[in-house]
Amino acid sequence: MPVVALFFLPLLIGSCRGIDHNETDQRVFPVISINYQHVQMPFEISLWILLASILKLGFHLVPHVSAVVPESCVLIVVGLLVGGLIRVLGEDPPVLDSQLFFLCLLPPIILDAGYFLPIRPFMENVGTILTFAVLGTLWSAFFMGVALYGACQLEGAELAGVDLLSCLLFGSIVSAVDPVAVLAVFQEIHINELLHILVFGESLLNDAVTVVLYHLFEEFVHRGEVTAGDVFLGVVCFFVVSVGGVLVGCVYGFLAAFTSRFTAHTRVIEPLFVFLYSYMAYLSAEVFHLSGIMALIACGVVMRPYVEANISHKSYTTIKYFLKMWSSVSETLIFIFLGVSTVAGPHAWNWTFVSLTLALCLLSRVLGVVGLTFIINKYRMVKLSGKDQFIVAYGGLRGAIAFSLAFLLSSESCAMKDLFLTAVITVIFFTVFVQGMTIRPLVDLLAVKKKKQSKFSVNEEIHTQFLEHLLTGIEDVCGHYGHHHWRDKHQRSKRTLNISKEREAEIRKMLRANLQKTRQRLRSYSRHTLLPDAEEDDWSETRLRKQRMEMERRMSHFLTVPANRPESPRRARLQTDLDGRAQKASVTFAEELEEHRD
Amino acid sequence: MGSFQSLPDDHQYRTLSQKTGFSLEQIGILHNRFKQLSQNEDTLRNFQKDATGSVQEIGFEEFLTVMSYFRAPAHQITEEQREEIRRAKLRFLFNMHDTDNDGTITLEEYRHVVEELLSRSGALGRETAKGIADAAMLEVASITVGPMAPDEFYEGITFEQFLKILKGVEIETRMHIRFLNMDTTVLCK
Repeated sequence: MPVVALFFLPLLIGSCRGIDHNETDQRVFPVISINYQHVQMPFEISLWILLASILKLGFHLVPHVSAVVPESCVLIVVGLLVGGLIRVLGEDPPVLDSQLFFLCLLPPIILDAGYFLPIRPFMENVGTILTFAVLGTLWSAFFMGVALYGACQLEGAELAGVDLLSCLLFGSIVSAVDPVAVLAVFQEIHINELLHILVFGESLLNDAVTVVLYHLFEEFVHRGEVTAGDVFLGVVCFFVVSVGGVLVGCVYGFLAAFTSRFTAHTRVIEPLFVFLYSYMAYLSAEVFHLSGIMALIACGVVMRPYVEANISHKSYTTIKYFLKMWSSVSETLIFIFLGVSTVAGPHAWNWTFVSLTLALCLLSRVLGVVGLTFIINKYRMVKLSGKDQFIVAYGGLRGAIAFSLAFLLSSESCAMKDLFLTAVITVIFFTVFVQGMTIRPLVDLLAVKKKKQSKFSVNEEIHTQFLEHLLTGIEDVCGHYGHHHWRDKHQRSKRTLNISKEREAEIRKMLRANLQKTRQRLRSYSRHTLLPDAEEDDWSETRLRKQRMEMERRMSHFLTVPANRPESPRRARLQTDLDGRAQKASVTFAEELEEHRD
Repeated sequence: MGSFQSLPDDHQYRTLSQKTGFSLEQIGILHNRFKQLSQNEDTLRNFQKDATGSVQEIGFEEFLTVMSYFRAPAHQITEEQREEIRRAKLRFLFNMHDTDNDGTITLEEYRHVVEELLSRSGALGRETAKGIADAAMLEVASITVGPMAPDEFYEGITFEQFLKILKGVEIETRMHIRFLNMDTTVLCK
């Protein structure tokens, strides 16, 4: 590929160092000189990003590939190729630096996910998600650790040196479902909302568990022995990490919301506040070893309703596009680097260990999901069927987070680092390639419910809204505070909390004028499918508004009310040529209703 | 949950339980709530001033019947039963909208629904609400009746048409609340 040739460029140029001028006394004024050192780092970074983006383009231009193979697989393969090429050239391929990964590559993806998290399905299933995330990950980690230890002891030979704590550490690294991989694969299969949010929510929330377990076991391995008090402290640590992370996120979220009230005169830098506050939340959480991912999610979720009420439409668009762009590039880079690091990293291959890891991973995932669903279904209204459970279990992909955590292990305290690294890479490859590629045909085969493609019609909207109100009322009558009660209370408090009276009038005007905002908001959650914004600019806005006024006038004119009195039924005409325009108008009205739904 | 004292009208509860499908504990709890709401009288008085076509007072049996519409369907039921439950719930909703009980939801009644819904959210004006109701009505007409001749008259939404337009919404699972087996009346005002 000519693209890959771009890669040789820095290597070639790197060998031409700056040419010295002071060879002769009479120096000719240097018309052209080369000084690569000066720009080496930003140049190489830009080149990597450019390569990643061009690959993305190429991937979508070749139709057959994108239908069969998920993007993540192709990217890893490309990474392997590039790594191989670099190795062939004699250079050392760069490894995915954990620092770079955790501080630069991961946050955009998580922020994108958190900011556009569909809150309603998330909150409705939060119990299930938390159960899978916390209990599921704990179970996986311990099961894998203990089983691996047992198997290693039985195996003997070179594996006898692997002790229990190391195994548990390994188990905790490899058992966490990875949000990046899940997003990348699930993105393309358009599965129904419930399953998507279950797997994805689990991958986000298990970060707290992973962080705690990882640090706990690393500390223990370092120390060599563990007491009961330490275990208790570990449990306390888990609560501190997760709740602390969420609190940090909330604090920064409120700060961002508060700041956005005053940005009326400096609209241009509004997006910057969103990004900076979120990133600060992540970094602040990382300072205290709290869960940065949960902080980022909490910040995005808290900040969003207030910020969006205060910022301009253009700023909203900017935020959305920047987040999508960064997260897209990040994801591509992560997968490419994963491929390159595979070629680079020191490997210690051991058939038994690796195959055992793989088998136990799958087994623990299946057992965990089935067992937990059995308990969860007792408390759920909409039960999870066998098919759902299968998809949830099958969708538990591992990814770059596991790799980075394994890479972070220090070699002195953990002698098995290379072994672990190899095993983790194998698991990642297996889940991303095998599970990632086969999940789409399996979804079709099992006829799992897909995402609802079309939006609700106006009538469905009206009646579902009505139903919500009705259910809230009935819950009140019955006297117990159920799900609808709390939702209603939250919505009322949101309304009275932050917006003053004049602001409210202004917002009402803004809501009426920006109909397309609601439409985009719903579709924002699916990445890569940003619809062509046909009515983005103001000119079309006014045109739409004029059309709507005209529409209303004509409809009120032509639809007269059939009187309740039976004596004089007035004749009404239903003009069929209005149907087409009515469809369009009803779509925009539906959006207005949705605006008030959530 | 403590001891469970014997109910006053045990036999009555049993018949109610058979009729509505609630368990005996749930009926007991709802009865407590009913007594709380009606201030220990036998019936709930209707306070709406301009209520036409509605009863003035509601007894416990009627209260329970209404509540039974909001029970979740059982997990293992046949397609027929599911369809039946769906019809019953949609019938309930339909009757809520059809205030004069003539079997159709007229434009005026529909407008009333939309206005009530949106005015409580507090954002849109009367014209927009009317426009939405009109558009919705048009949509129902075009879905259920198809293109109509210029001199045809669209009366209103009948129950069958109502079923048709709400085909995509899973009413049987959405229209439910959790009826607890625990008495929460002491926790609420």
